[in-house]
Amino acid sequence: MRKFTTFTGVAAPMPAQNIDTDKVIPARFLKTIERKGLGKHLFNDMRYNTDGTEKEGFILNQPAYRNAEVLVVGDNFGCGSSREHAPWALSDFGVKCLIGTDFADIFFNNSSKNGMLLIKLPKPIVDALMEDAKLGANARLTIDLEAQEITRPNGEVVKFEVDPFKRHSLLNGLDDIGLTFKNKEDITSYESKDGSSRPWMPSLAAE
Amino acid sequence: MAKPRTLFDKIWANHVVRTEDDGTALIYIDLHLAHEVTSPQAFAGLREAGRKLRRPDRTLAVADHNIPTTDRSKGIEDPESRLQVETLEANVKEFGVPYFPVDDIRQGIVHIIGPEQGLTQPGMTVVCGDSHTSTHGAFGALAFGIGTSEVEHVFATQTLVQKPAKNMRVTVKGAPPAGTTAKDLILAIIGKIGTAGGTGHVIEFAGDAIKNLSMEGRMTVCNMSIEAGARAGMIAPDETTFEYLKGKPYAPKAGAWEQAVQYWSSLPSDPGAVYDTEVELDAADIVPYVTWGTSPQDALPITATVPKAEDFPDPDRQAGIARSIEYMGLTGGMPIQDIKVDTVFIGSCTNGRLEDIRAAAAIAKGRKVASSVKALVVPGSGLVKEAAEAEGLDKILIEAGFEWREPGCSMCLAMNADKLKPGERSASTSNRNFEGRQGPGGRTHLVSPAMAAAAAIKGHLADVREFLA
Ligand code: SF4
Repeated sequence: MRKFTTFTGVAAPMPAQNIDTDKVIPARFLKTIERKGLGKHLFNDMRYNTDGTEKEGFILNQPAYRNAEVLVVGDNFGCGSSREHAPWALSDFGVKCLIGTDFADIFFNNSSKNGMLLIKLPKPIVDALMEDAKLGANARLTIDLEAQEITRPNGEVVKFEVDPFKRHSLLNGLDDIGLTFKNKEDITSYESKDGSSRPWMPSLAAE
Repeated sequence: MAKPRTLFDKIWANHVVRTEDDGTALIYIDLHLAHEVTSPQAFAGLREAGRKLRRPDRTLAVADHNIPTTDRSKGIEDPESRLQVETLEANVKEFGVPYFPVDDIRQGIVHIIGPEQGLTQPGMTVVCGDSHTSTHGAFGALAFGIGTSEVEHVFATQTLVQKPAKNMRVTVKGAPPAGTTAKDLILAIIGKIGTAGGTGHVIEFAGDAIKNLSMEGRMTVCNMSIEAGARAGMIAPDETTFEYLKGKPYAPKAGAWEQAVQYWSSLPSDPGAVYDTEVELDAADIVPYVTWGTSPQDALPITATVPKAEDFPDPDRQAGIARSIEYMGLTGGMPIQDIKVDTVFIGSCTNGRLEDIRAAAAIAKGRKVASSVKALVVPGSGLVKEAAEAEGLDKILIEAGFEWREPGCSMCLAMNADKLKPGERSASTSNRNFEGRQGPGGRTHLVSPAMAAAAAIKGHLADVREFLA
């Protein structure tokens, strides 16, 4: 996983509530066996007309926001499916950070596993950042995970909280599986204890 | 005395492999189900790192999302769908994963076949790269959907890194009126708490109305926990659960059975257990429900009218309602029963079990699907299909004008050939009415199987109670 480093980028406003994973990446684009290449279908049905031309009104089609790296989003963004295609599509597009009041649980987890930072802040602060994000080419936010700070276009600094484990993994680009393997002995001892306490558990070994 | 614990607390405690200082835990996974859409990148990750599957004996793979529900002998026409299924088949061989092939009678939707085979049992942890894994919670298991990175993590380590969830109890007391099914209960619950109402929580469904449901009905309720934003849904195991499991292929065999039942009986929440959030509904108030909009929380009684955007004070909510009404091609204030449908879909992991097909057939019997409606019934698995045919349900439905299909996810998410065209409208027994879920531009109204059958016959959303007289 790539390391999360401090950056300054354009933030796009997406105030709609409950943007679900089917909006982020419609199911018909899940027919891929790779992680890459989904960025072109990010928000597909909001972003393109049925003939494939761009919808003018959609925020990421506007010149100032075509390379947005931050999204300031409405409540409950990412609800719906567990598909990691949603964070893959966002990340492939170039999004590194999402800011909102609240995210759907699985989406939240999946995003950090793909090097993206999701920041939860109280409503009044999100509202203020949403206003910042409306500044077009001037909608630039600096995201500093090390210091847990967002710098607004007016220079004001907003602090945010983040799970220390996630922060550590993001900053160092750590792979969860590698970390878990360090505790292999614990897993083995759990298995041997459990094998004797629940002997009726099913085994699919014969399939 | 020990602190009273909830069902969730007990299962969690039984599966902790180790805990970090900040409360993050490594949790052991008892059963891992995999399908073709969310697994290819996980297998690729294993291959790149030279890793193996830790517990193939606790893993089962099946293809369900992409497969055609019409004649299977022709194979899969769509090249991308075919590639996903072929990739799964190659991966299960390479990594030695137990697999139910497409032509196996046991093939079906992953959340239908786990319970059907007796693989899902009380007190287990069950995961799958699919949010509707919550279905398995009906057995008193802790079951939740995971992303592909986590699928890879479970393949390699049989564990997951998790934070404990908060406990929420949704009690539905009393008895529901005639015509109200498990689907109506869960739609009413989501309508009440909203799609983010359960965020961060595991919901335990309780109360007489839940306890009196069959296992099938309980699965319908737990299936849609995710639509309430919850990490998982669960129901305490009891005699109904044990009765369902007894004799299933992977259920504990004689000898081990008594020991298992004894353990399972220790799982229900202790009296006095404390929940972080409590919600209560009275089943007597819950009539047949339907969704009118593009979020599962847009659920209303069938007798209601489509809301008007201006009735909502919050401007963001107002904009959302207006957007939904426009997308759905409706007018605020119109009676929901005036909404015409062109398509009816009965199936999915929410309502693709035998009981659901029976409910649809009971309404369809001796009646005809309206000429303007295309109606399909897609059984959840090969075994559901076989059982329905043994009861002659297929004949009743075909006679009434329904199409009788091969098992799979089908029009629930329109990854195979079954999809709505832009502007088309369905009454669907699935779980999501998001924009474009059943095909780009398609419009979805979520209902119970009986309500779907009623809509098929009437040609518009209809109150199933008219058919019960
Ligand atoms: S039936 Fe629908 S919700 Fe269920 S697993 Fe298939 S696609 Fe997902």
